[in-house]
Amino acid sequence: MKRLFALFALLAVSLPTALTAQSSMPPAPYAYTQLEDPAQEQIARDLMETLRCLQCQSQSIADSDAPVAGDMRHQVRTRIAAGESPEEIRAYLISRYGDYISYEPEISATTWPLFVLPGILVLLALIVLLRRVGRVRE
Amino acid sequence: MIPEIGLAALWLAAALAALQLLAGFIGARHDNAEIASLARPAALLQAILCGVAFLCLLYVFAVTDLSVKLVATNSHSMKPMIFKLSGAWGNHEGSMLLWITVMAIAGGAIALIERRLPEKTMMATLSAQSFVGLGFYAFLLIASNPFERLTEIPPEGNGLNPLLQDVGLAFHPPTLYIGYVGLSIAFSFALGALLTRNVTPDFARVMRPWVLAAWIFLTIGITAGSYWAYYELGWGGWWFWDPVENASLMPWLAATALLHSASVLAARDALRTWTIMLGVIAFSMSMVGTFLVRSGILTSVHAFAVDPQRGSFILALLVLYIGGALVLFALRASTIAEGERFSVMSREGALVVNNVGLSAILGVVLIGTLYPLFTEAFDVRVSVGPPYFNPVSAIFFLPMMLVLMVGPLLRWKSDNAGRIMKPLALIGAVMLTVLIRSLFYEDIGLLPFLGLVLAAGVAVASVAPLFGRSLRRTPLAIWGMCVAHLGIAVAMFGMAADTAFQKERLVAANVGDIVEVGPWTGQLDTVNAVAGPNWTAMQANLTMSYEGGPGQEAHPQSRNFWTPVMETSEVALLTRWNGQLYVAVGNQGQDGRWQLRLWWKPFVTFIWYGGLLIALGGALALVGRVASDLRRRRHADEEDMEDELAEATA
Repeated sequence: MKRLFALFALLAVSLPTALTAQSSMPPAPYAYTQLEDPAQEQIARDLMETLRCLQCQSQSIADSDAPVAGDMRHQVRTRIAAGESPEEIRAYLISRYGDYISYEPEISATTWPLFVLPGILVLLALIVLLRRVGRVRE
Repeated sequence: MIPEIGLAALWLAAALAALQLLAGFIGARHDNAEIASLARPAALLQAILCGVAFLCLLYVFAVTDLSVKLVATNSHSMKPMIFKLSGAWGNHEGSMLLWITVMAIAGGAIALIERRLPEKTMMATLSAQSFVGLGFYAFLLIASNPFERLTEIPPEGNGLNPLLQDVGLAFHPPTLYIGYVGLSIAFSFALGALLTRNVTPDFARVMRPWVLAAWIFLTIGITAGSYWAYYELGWGGWWFWDPVENASLMPWLAATALLHSASVLAARDALRTWTIMLGVIAFSMSMVGTFLVRSGILTSVHAFAVDPQRGSFILALLVLYIGGALVLFALRASTIAEGERFSVMSREGALVVNNVGLSAILGVVLIGTLYPLFTEAFDVRVSVGPPYFNPVSAIFFLPMMLVLMVGPLLRWKSDNAGRIMKPLALIGAVMLTVLIRSLFYEDIGLLPFLGLVLAAGVAVASVAPLFGRSLRRTPLAIWGMCVAHLGIAVAMFGMAADTAFQKERLVAANVGDIVEVGPWTGQLDTVNAVAGPNWTAMQANLTMSYEGGPGQEAHPQSRNFWTPVMETSEVALLTRWNGQLYVAVGNQGQDGRWQLRLWWKPFVTFIWYGGLLIALGGALALVGRVASDLRRRRHADEEDMEDELAEATA
């Protein structure tokens, strides 16, 4: 819930001039408006929810007030409208900003423990607890 | 003068904690009743002194005493009084003072009230409680003194983060803290039981109401925090798997598991070591959360000030307490007998699944939260967010829900499924109906779909234990369980319905433009400027109507605070029984049009109603348990008197 906070914390400490500079810059057209076609908008929306806002603590670009998130929403929407597939756009953004930009969990050399560790924990818990389960002596 | 009184009270309280540690330890170790008799008064006096210190802090914030560094950096004379007071815990030092105060009061409460345990175990428990307390006193007094004075008094304070200037937020931290820190009691009880090798059903019955009380507050705190994020952040989200949210969810998961395993221990004398383990883990998660939030490792509104010295201090406390408790556990666990056995098809069997499921989700959340921090140390930046947490935790959550439907209907020790076929058939029929109905909705996503079906099943199953019972004779604790489980169903329904059926509309609108979202239509009537005590705002005035009904006014604002300078979004909510219309206004574009964001969120309010029902269920169970305990005690007293009478007449 505190994803915006990082941004706000940043804004709070940055100079007031930064604020005015930011609000005097017009946001890109599709930062705050949807695509005409609801189906395309849905695809864009689904993609945006899995992309990380670079300026915030832990927010997707789909719900961030940060200017950079607005720019990225514009990018995503115009590219979707131009017919690019979500995975092409994700690949482009990853090539530009790094893996960090994507929330989509992919099992890779750096993320495999995320998927293996919970499984190990469950096995351990099961072993501990199942030792308590046995036939009840009548 | 007042700040010095507060500081003196804190030092005295710390000294008393040291006394309590020694008295409790010697009392438990050597059966020295004289020394042991010091422990309870020390705990009580400590609670009072911490209360005094906290009142002193409230006072300096209330009068905006700018000679106190904490007030000067975090408050402002122009703030409304409620935010001056809530500002007292809206910063690092104040919140740590709140932490230690809650901890001292919790310790004082068990010292005053709890007399059911063997005195040795009680002494060990009080000793453990003060041992943990001492570390936090040290942290407060050495690294985060809230009463520090300034030599040069500034003319005005820096103000409080505007996001925190909200009535909901004024009460969110104390509520959460009572839950968070209240779990220290479970930790101390667990250590006390381990130290004196006294893990019995009686011990579980003693610990349970204390854990329950903390858990109720934790539940309310998380629910309130979620609603606050929902309306304050301006994008309609209610759970983000943010590390700070996870920090509050992890102790909740552990405490929920603990409550269920404690009921197995209390009723059947099984799961002894497991219950102790959970008692240790629950408060450990509170401390891990505090470390994450306060060390500056995460940047967030909760981080307040980044200070590496504090981070290492908390980390040291963490290693000392969690490590120490785990070592003690490892040494002692094998000396505690395993307890009764049971078959898989039994109440215990179902509760074991509940415990494995909750622990697994706890593991997922913990790993998902810590892993990015871990890889960052090796310069690998990884993002772990909702696309990881949602499906991975659902893998454990959904089967748990299936077991939740069956478990409360089963008997202890051993049962067969044939006995409960009737209610199971009813639950199955309801789920099947919802399943078939839900197939007609297009693209609602797998998780929301399963959520809808399971919510229906859990809703029916939650009241199934009441079937065939005399409702008036049903114990309150059973009612509590049913209400809490119903709350799970209600919250799950809200989450699934909102995710599946939410409608979103982002538009740039001129005054007079028609806006539509889902079943709502309306128009942007006017936009005007408004001013508050420490902010100005642009307010959009909309008239919205639901399916052509009467117009309802919505007034979202985009606020600019000036101490400190910051923009926030003040959303307008139109609540109906079947959902909420959520309206936020952004900036004005160069073409003069206003950014409007509208969401129709069907049944979204059920998420928080569900959370409150869960807490209410806990409260019912707590009242039931305490009442029956008091009744038992009264009977025991009467029997004693009868015995004495009989002896006297003989």
